[in-house]
Amino acid sequence: MKPRVVKPQVIKSGITKAVRLIALAMLAGLFASVSSAQQMTLAAASSLRPALDYVVEAYQDIHTDHQVSVIYGSSGRLTAQIINDAPFDFFMSADMAYPQRLVDEGYAASEPRVYAWGRLVLWSADLDASGLTLRDLVDGAIERIAIAQPEIAPYGQRTREAMQATGIWSQVQHKLVFGENISQVTQMAQSGAADVGLIALSLAVQPGLASTGFYLIDAALHEPLEQGFVITRRGADNDVAKAFSRFLATPAARAIFRDNGFDVDD
Amino acid sequence: MFELGAADWQAIQLTLRLCFLTTLILLIIATPLAWWLASGRSALRVVVQTIVALPLVLPPTVLGFYLLVALGPRGPIGATLESMGFSHLAFSFEGILLASVLYSMPFAVQPLLEAFNNLGRRPVEVASTLGAGVIDRFFTVILPMCRGGFIVAATLSFAHTVGEFGVILMLGGSIPGETKVLSVLIYDHTEAMNYASAHRLSLLLLVFSFLVLFVVYSMNRRFQVARV
Repeated sequence: MKPRVVKPQVIKSGITKAVRLIALAMLAGLFASVSSAQQMTLAAASSLRPALDYVVEAYQDIHTDHQVSVIYGSSGRLTAQIINDAPFDFFMSADMAYPQRLVDEGYAASEPRVYAWGRLVLWSADLDASGLTLRDLVDGAIERIAIAQPEIAPYGQRTREAMQATGIWSQVQHKLVFGENISQVTQMAQSGAADVGLIALSLAVQPGLASTGFYLIDAALHEPLEQGFVITRRGADNDVAKAFSRFLATPAARAIFRDNGFDVDD
Repeated sequence: MFELGAADWQAIQLTLRLCFLTTLILLIIATPLAWWLASGRSALRVVVQTIVALPLVLPPTVLGFYLLVALGPRGPIGATLESMGFSHLAFSFEGILLASVLYSMPFAVQPLLEAFNNLGRRPVEVASTLGAGVIDRFFTVILPMCRGGFIVAATLSFAHTVGEFGVILMLGGSIPGETKVLSVLIYDHTEAMNYASAHRLSLLLLVFSFLVLFVVYSMNRRFQVARV
């Protein structure tokens, strides 16, 4: 029996073939992505998660050829990134001030518009928060209250307003611990390290937190938590951005926001 | 132009206190630990060395989250402390001090380990046969001969704690005067787009850190030259 010998040239041509195939496949992929240029990048406040994921899903079910990729972050950081030419076509903030700032400084291609209103709740891992009110927070048994930084987070600012309106702000000062954003506040409360957290209703209704009750804070105690969006200068000519901004006003999109803890126009 | 507010001074003071204490504790812990690591090649030593380096792997805010869970009232450490009549460590200066020690540990252990490896056992053994006790051996042999290693370990621990941010943000809860350190304050300023304040504090931090590192490294260099 003769041992099988594979000639070097055969191996070499095999490799060349494989390389050609891969190059061809990559080229095809490139063309495919160029031909479906119906794409936009959406920068969104992290407090919108997961409601916005569902909205984007519903949008893509209708516009099957449109691709929306979402990048979550804090509204302030995203605004700073857009001002410095981040590749975002659309910006959904957790307030109106940041979108307005983009408009004022010439980085927006549309007027800021409100798509939903946020709500504040009291939430606790150990106590039954549904039986608590803001006034109960002065109780000695509650040692640590987690809130979002009033200076940087819209939810924190509204928390301060609600506490001031109730007259407990100065009395709870020594109990306050601050999260950078509303999800961090939630983690502080969830771990039990803070007895109570003032978090967004949109987070309190999500699985994992919904098992313990919450107390909804009267929206009349604070300025409204308007959630606003703008199309950025970069997205001015993007068809997906325009279509998505129209979609946000549809009953379908509003229903998703309402089911996930936001107030919407009826 | 360079006016600092009360909140700024408070954060600066707090940061310096945290950094000094962290460095001090680290030198006390890391010296025997590094000496033990340098004195053999057993599997246990490799395991310990690996554990010491682990804080480098996790993203700081995630590490902060796990520390919050562990040190909070329902975590194993926090609950034990509470049952012994102490308070748990979440949202306290002691808590972020413990976190800083863990987080900067590799930066103290590694330079010392290298220095001890370079030193070898011989000088200590010689000193021992000449009748020097443990403490005498440390202060008259190890400390002077490994001076460079100690200086680098202290400097890196200090500098790393100054820049520590994610862990403290999560575990500390930004309480002014207690856990709101300089890095967190600067971050707050940038998030609020309060750039003038952020620039001022950052510049101060940069100049200060440059000076500290420069002085330490030039001292270290002189010692090295002097040794030759």
